Amino acid sequence: MSKPKLVVIGNGMAGARVLEDLFELAPDMYDVTMFGAEPRPNYNRIMLSPVLAGESTFDDIVINDLDWYRDHDVDLKLGVAVDGIDRDAKIVRGADGEETPYDKLVLATGSDPFIIPVPGHDLPGVITFRDLDDVDQMLTACKSGGRAVVIGGGLLGLEAAHGLSKNGMDVTIIHLMDTLMERQLDQPAGYLLEKELSNRGMQVLTKANTEEIFGDDKVEGVRLKDGREIPAEIVVMAVGIRPNSALAKTAGLDVERGVLVDDSMTTSDADILSVGECIQHRGACYGLVAPIWDMCRAAAGKLADAEGPMFEGAEVSTKLKVSGVDVFSAGDFADGEDREEIVFRDAARGVYKRLVLEDDKLIGAVMYGDTADGAYFFQRIKDAEPVEPDERETLIFGQSFAGGAPVDPMAAVAALPDEAEICGCNGVSKGKIVTAIGEKGLTDIDGVRACTKASSSCGTCTGLVEQLLALSLGDAFDANAVKTMCGCTDLGHDEVRRLILAKELKSVPAVMQELNWKTSCGCAKCRPALNYYLLASWPGEYVDDAQSRFINERAHANIQKDGTFSVVPRAWGGMTTSSELRAIADVVDKFEIPTVKYTGGQRIDMLGVKKEDLPAVWADLNAAGMVSGHAYGKSLRTVKTCVGTDWCRFGTQDSTGLGIKLEKMMWGSWTPHKVKLAVSGCPRNCAEATCKDIGVVCVDSGYEIHFAGAAGMHVKATELLCNVATEEEALEYCAAVMQLYREQGWYLERIYKWADRVGVDKIQAQIVEDDSNRLKLFERFLFAQRFAQDDPWAERATGGVAAHEFAPLEPVAAAE
Amino acid sequence: MDGNFMSDQWVEIGRADQIPTRGARLVRIAGKQIGVFKTAGGEVFALDNQCPHKKGPLTEGIVHDTGVTCPLHNWVIDLQSGKARGADEGCVRTYRIDNRDGRLFLSLAE
Ligand code: SRM
Ligand SMILES: Cc1cc2nc3c(=O)[nH]c(=O)nc-3n(C[C@H](O)[C@H](O)[C@H](O)COP(=O)(O)OP(=O)(O)OC[C@H]3O[C@@H](n4cnc5c(N)ncnc54)[C@H](O)[C@@H]3O)c2cc1C
Ligand code: SF4
Ligand code: FES
Repeated sequence: MSKPKLVVIGNGMAGARVLEDLFELAPDMYDVTMFGAEPRPNYNRIMLSPVLAGESTFDDIVINDLDWYRDHDVDLKLGVAVDGIDRDAKIVRGADGEETPYDKLVLATGSDPFIIPVPGHDLPGVITFRDLDDVDQMLTACKSGGRAVVIGGGLLGLEAAHGLSKNGMDVTIIHLMDTLMERQLDQPAGYLLEKELSNRGMQVLTKANTEEIFGDDKVEGVRLKDGREIPAEIVVMAVGIRPNSALAKTAGLDVERGVLVDDSMTTSDADILSVGECIQHRGACYGLVAPIWDMCRAAAGKLADAEGPMFEGAEVSTKLKVSGVDVFSAGDFADGEDREEIVFRDAARGVYKRLVLEDDKLIGAVMYGDTADGAYFFQRIKDAEPVEPDERETLIFGQSFAGGAPVDPMAAVAALPDEAEICGCNGVSKGKIVTAIGEKGLTDIDGVRACTKASSSCGTCTGLVEQLLALSLGDAFDANAVKTMCGCTDLGHDEVRRLILAKELKSVPAVMQELNWKTSCGCAKCRPALNYYLLASWPGEYVDDAQSRFINERAHANIQKDGTFSVVPRAWGGMTTSSELRAIADVVDKFEIPTVKYTGGQRIDMLGVKKEDLPAVWADLNAAGMVSGHAYGKSLRTVKTCVGTDWCRFGTQDSTGLGIKLEKMMWGSWTPHKVKLAVSGCPRNCAEATCKDIGVVCVDSGYEIHFAGAAGMHVKATELLCNVATEEEALEYCAAVMQLYREQGWYLERIYKWADRVGVDKIQAQIVEDDSNRLKLFERFLFAQRFAQDDPWAERATGGVAAHEFAPLEPVAAAE
Repeated sequence: MDGNFMSDQWVEIGRADQIPTRGARLVRIAGKQIGVFKTAGGEVFALDNQCPHKKGPLTEGIVHDTGVTCPLHNWVIDLQSGKARGADEGCVRTYRIDNRDGRLFLSLAE
């Protein structure tokens, strides 16, 4: 007997989720056809904001790739919109004219961005913010820079503004109301938000009413009702969304603002269900994903004929995804006569929190600046349990204060109810994760990601998921349990490093052969890692494999987005001379290098050099005594210094001199990830040594040796390794840290991550407490350096190494 | 030499041993930038040197099996078909290339 036919219209977040839930309940029940108007697989729409801001890529946000549809036998009609539904014949008609019969139909058409119909709204350059094409359009516009106007100061508008501003646009936000995000925030929080955005260089115009978008054949600007004109090359319209219910309406289903559904998500036609932003349920339409997950569960249950939870409406909470700005709100926080509020402010830290109580119950929360307790308050709102009188005083301090003493995080996670949401991006509850761990025998975070999607989007809940793993598995869970290097092997980094030494493997092919690599010659992930491990394991013996290096390390310059390169010569300890500067100036003129810039690392970067010119550029720099700064390498980058006792009235030691000595000792060494140092002449720390991979702070009595700092994607102050008295010791200790990292670090793991994984105390034990071990590390480092300190530029400019890298092939002749 | 070739001719572009194994070289013919790739097994392929994503120079990528990973954002392009692998969608033009005893001939014909 053939299976009943299920057709889903809309391959968005809701449509695909219904299928996922259905396959879990009843894997083979239907023949499934999925129509998606967008020409791409299903992705996490909420993550378009980080994609726009350059904090994520499209690849990172795909939820189900094409293989998933294939594996589940879903007939996916990509890029095909459905034009009409014939409910009598039970057929849907695609834009390609084809007709597809259904027994059950799911409408998941989402919503359309609302466009205010002012004059000029249809000019080229007016963009909405809904799908990947919109993001691509914005990014293209950003390339040529200029000014952007965002109309709408709600969640979407602000995320768009943030993204555009991060891409270098000059952004003005036009908002009709007097407070930004007025639906989610109260006035004080809106004020803090506005201040922060202004600090970041965005202009915020509230109470601003758009009269028209002007321009001849494309956008040139926006005119407000009060006559003001704001010039702009693009206008992003983010004033709201409208349920996309036209298709349902034409088909004769009951539709008001959205498609009307009951608690099982069934429309006025018993064979047609609807989920997502296109629906209206008990009078409410939704524009956030959390309630959508509940809708999908209910709909899947209905389709599978299974007993299960119905959709009974949902409380929603909001979090703004603008990096560095923490805003959270949930529930109802309007003022009211019978309502009480608890407010906390800390002006110095820019923190504002407000809780609203009614009948002794928490009904709303707004937080700005410190949102760590967001999930806790949201849960309290949903629980609707009364707040005890003696709890009032401390409620605003959140979970860690509840019960008087700070709660340990494990106990806090253990105490969460099963329905507590752990992963906000994918709507995964604690119960679902714990069940998956038990039933599927999951033992690590990757397993949880694969089975439940928890922690697979923005990753902020990774810690919580790890605690759940620990809670469920007890001692069996090891947060550092083997993570395989890549799809080419089942081994983890540690294993591979150990086996390279134990089996004396000395080439990439040998490793792949002896360790049963699953691919013929690896991939772009494992090859560079193996090349490094071999280099670090067999100094002087292993022959570097250029073809396993990323282009920057192969060409000894940084590739730029247009295929040109940048060149950064070393400036030892951040020092330079008039003759070096003159030589740089000459090179810039001679090779017509378009951009010269001081880097954040106290040296000069020449950007936009053609690849074929690189050897000649280097030859000229070499002639003036300069060598490669390895700005492109997983290697020693910079050693920043301050002027120290040379000049500064506070200097305690010769910080510049020590910095130069460190750089001369360490340059050229290859490392798991890049390594940056700094030496400050006194605790005022002008060289910023305490956020470096290795940092030295000079003090009267000698030198503080620090390590494991970070100031990139994560900002973290260093750990103090120890204090030493002499410059010789400072050099020796720093080198020992470097060598231990070279021997233990996983490829692409910065020093702070390595330290976090193996433990700061373990590192101290091997370097500070064990003198002979430290000495051996130091010697091994110096030994390896004997083979590493040849200037790669000179080797290529005049030494004839890798000439093929820089010259194209010359065609010989035409042949018959 | 650039620009003087007929589109239906075979052009001798050099020797296979001028291309590093698991590597690539660029060749400019008739106004085109073409990447010539050599796999671990010694097979040679020719493709337009522009990633379908954002025009990254594929010759600067890492060559593995019969694919190359683009240096800019890690798309993997199949050298045989010119198509992006995995979830990415896009395709670059491929060219016929002939290895006659180590001498490489490339055809611009469609
Ligand atoms: C040129 C420079 C920016 C500038 O104009 O000042 C720069 C440019 C780049 N940085 Fe940086 N970083 C530069 C200083 C920094 C600093 C500041 C510092 O070193 O004091 C940081 C924060 C400190 C740190 O590293 O923790 C920094 C944190 C990053 C990160 C984040 C690293 C992290 O683990 O969090 C990346 C991404 C990565 O490495 O994966 C990155 C990556 C890059 C890359 C290599 C991106 C890329 O892959 O193309 C950029 C190369 C541009 C080029 O071709 O020249 N850059 N970068 C600076 C070069 C310093 C130098 O002289 O060598
Ligand atoms: C930039 C941005 C940031 C966001 N941030 C957040 C956030 O932080 N938190 C949060 O909770 N929510 C956020 N949202 C909202 C969230 O993305 C939506 O609530 C969610 O995507 C709605 O899911 P849906 O399936 O109903 O609609 P969609 O995901 O829009 O899917 C609908 C799909 O149906 C397709 N379609 C429409 N009509 C047809 C047709 N006739 N035939 C075939 N296909 C059709 C559409 O092309 C679309 O792909 C954000 C949204 C955006 C745009
Ligand atoms: S130089 Fe650094 S901070 Fe600037 S865009 Fe590049 S990676 Fe980002
Ligand atoms: S340009 Fe090739 S991956 Fe982006």
